[in-house]
Amino acid sequence: MSLIEITEVRKSFGPNEVLKGINLDVEPGEVIAIIGKSGSGKSTLLRCINGLEMISGGSISVAGAQLLDDQLHLKTLRLKVGMIFQQFNLFPHLTVGGNVILSQTVVKKTAAKTAEAMARKMLDRVGLGHKFDAYPDELSGGQQQRVAIARALAMEPIALLCDEITSALDPELVAEVLAVVRELAAEGMTLLMVTHEMKFARDVCSRVVFMHQGRVHEIGPPGEVFSNPQTPELKQFLGVH
Amino acid sequence: MSYHFEFNWLAQYYPEIVKGIGITLQLILIGAVLGIALGIACAWARALGPAWLKPIVATYVELIRNTPFLIQLFFIFFGLPSLGLQLGELQAANIAMVVNLGAYSCEIIRAGIQSTAKGQFEAGASLAMTPFETFRHVVLVPSLQRIWPALSSQVVIVMLGSSVVSQIAAEDLTFAANFIQSRTFRAFEAYMVSTAIYLILAILLRQALAVIGSFIFPRRAAR
Amino acid sequence: MTEFTLWDILRNLLLATRWTIVLSLVSFVGGGAVGLLLLFARISARKAVRVFARCYIELFQGTPLLMQLFIAFFGLGLFGIAVPAWLAAGVALILWAASFLAEIWRGCVEAIAKGQWEASASLGMGRLQQMRYVILPQAMRIAIPPTVGFSVQVIKGTALTSIIGFVELSKAGTVVTNATFQPFTVYGLVALIYFALCWPLSKSSQILERKLNVAHRNH
Ligand SMILES: Nc1ncnc2c1ncn2[C@@H]1O[C@H](COP(=O)(O)OP(=O)(O)OP(=O)(O)O)[C@@H](O)[C@H]1O
Ligand SMILES: [Mg+2]
Repeated sequence: MSLIEITEVRKSFGPNEVLKGINLDVEPGEVIAIIGKSGSGKSTLLRCINGLEMISGGSISVAGAQLLDDQLHLKTLRLKVGMIFQQFNLFPHLTVGGNVILSQTVVKKTAAKTAEAMARKMLDRVGLGHKFDAYPDELSGGQQQRVAIARALAMEPIALLCDEITSALDPELVAEVLAVVRELAAEGMTLLMVTHEMKFARDVCSRVVFMHQGRVHEIGPPGEVFSNPQTPELKQFLGVH
Repeated sequence: MSYHFEFNWLAQYYPEIVKGIGITLQLILIGAVLGIALGIACAWARALGPAWLKPIVATYVELIRNTPFLIQLFFIFFGLPSLGLQLGELQAANIAMVVNLGAYSCEIIRAGIQSTAKGQFEAGASLAMTPFETFRHVVLVPSLQRIWPALSSQVVIVMLGSSVVSQIAAEDLTFAANFIQSRTFRAFEAYMVSTAIYLILAILLRQALAVIGSFIFPRRAAR
Repeated sequence: MTEFTLWDILRNLLLATRWTIVLSLVSFVGGGAVGLLLLFARISARKAVRVFARCYIELFQGTPLLMQLFIAFFGLGLFGIAVPAWLAAGVALILWAASFLAEIWRGCVEAIAKGQWEASASLGMGRLQQMRYVILPQAMRIAIPPTVGFSVQVIKGTALTSIIGFVELSKAGTVVTNATFQPFTVYGLVALIYFALCWPLSKSSQILERKLNVAHRNH
């Protein structure tokens, strides 16, 4: 049994079918890059895996937790899989430490002390232990995104979903965030990331998924997908002729 | 509860109700047109007018916005005669509504003027328009368009607030309800019916204002 | 006939002002409590609850406060209780204020970026937890200026309770006028007392609003 099982997933917004039968199985420790044109459904797929959108057909399960439309199942699913957003979405009214502690105490009912220790550990891991008492608006974009990663990690998820997590960053800040992700990958975290950083995908990922018009159009190890694209759509996307 | 609802009186008293609706509508029509006109003038004065005028208008606006309409009405109807200014009920009601809406719409419209991009004023000036010409031809209409929803809500609020003019015996819809309940002793039903009518009037007025808005501001770029 | 000095008039008005203040406080606090429930209903996940809250708000915002007072006064009477004016006044004002506060606060909740809901959901929080720990603390900050501003509407709204016979500042104004035959002075003073109550609140609302906007721009 794979860690993440995505089977025949369909998703429509009104009459607009955005996902048209997605199949994807992810093994533990895999790092998957999802690439594709704007509007091909990459974000929608990730959001479905986290239960931010409900699917119209098919099934999704993460380590045995099914995506079902009720609070209990959603919570179980979300405890197994965390999500990092393009816009960071830190809680502006809480300190960096508060951001990382909150969901531990509220959702997992972790004792305050334990949660704080965990928060410090995770912030150290992303290199921001010294910013524990700062507020999000006092941090650079890259630092905010690293806090968001620490916040997700503190929930001890089995897998992480990253939706263009460096797209809102100034170019000089991209590297520090990618370095954190690279480290996570090296430590064996299962990652599904939508990204435009092709070099990063080539270096770090075990497989690359090319999405086109709501389907998995091509899939394979980065070497194959990037060096030897099979379909004209992928060739056009990569700009090779 | 063993109360028996009874609405037989409607047949006999509907002329009073219709008349009351007419007066309420007439009050809000005059109030809205003149009140908004006054509001535009005051907004211009507060935002762009001469220095000596600003504190006067500001005082008027703050006084009205921080006192109850009922007291404004009483002051005009009962108080002004001692200055030799005798007013009929309807006149007093009309004046009170214009003065009241004038102050509120002044603040709403002023906010619209102040949210106008600075470049608009500068563009006007660079085309050799006077500040007033720029206000009149460049700034005013887009400003009004931006705040039209807020202004519309205020007009509806003033219409609903007009129910207190019955207290100086202006024969509006509330006056009719009071009259009916005093004759029939069917207070609850009389007020239920008039409340329902007010609700319908409020909904219709809101829609009418939206239509008027789309008529005055036909597809001009907003924001 | 006894002569009334200006001080006599003012003293009587000020004594009645106490009741305006008490009724305003009760209406504002009670309206806030009911308004909070209504806010939760208005943004509930269940459609029927949302629709109910919308109708409530439409009804109370779309009809005159005076009518609501009449209906509370005569309507509660239908249950065979003799309704004192203060009770009808309190009930009507609370229900009326709640509809406005709920709508003001809903605007503030909706002003919070969608990403805050999504981030907190992705961390496994339930709806109430999201509200309690993430959304409301942020919404409250921006809700303070308009909420303070609305308290002015509540104070002015209490003037209408004079019409159903509750003796507060406005009613005292009428009573004193009838005794002194000096409507210009009396209503002028009544207006000034209302102004003294309302203007500081209006002004603080504006100042708070401005502070908030400045804080926002600095982000
Ligand atoms: N909430 C929504 N309601 C309606 N349509 C939506 C919604 N979210 C996404 N869509 C539509 O679904 C399609 C896929 O969107 P999605 O965001 O998944 O694309 P994407 O591959 O992530 O694109 P990008 O690279 O621009 O982020 C688009 O056509 C979009 O308009
Ligand atoms: Mg996307």
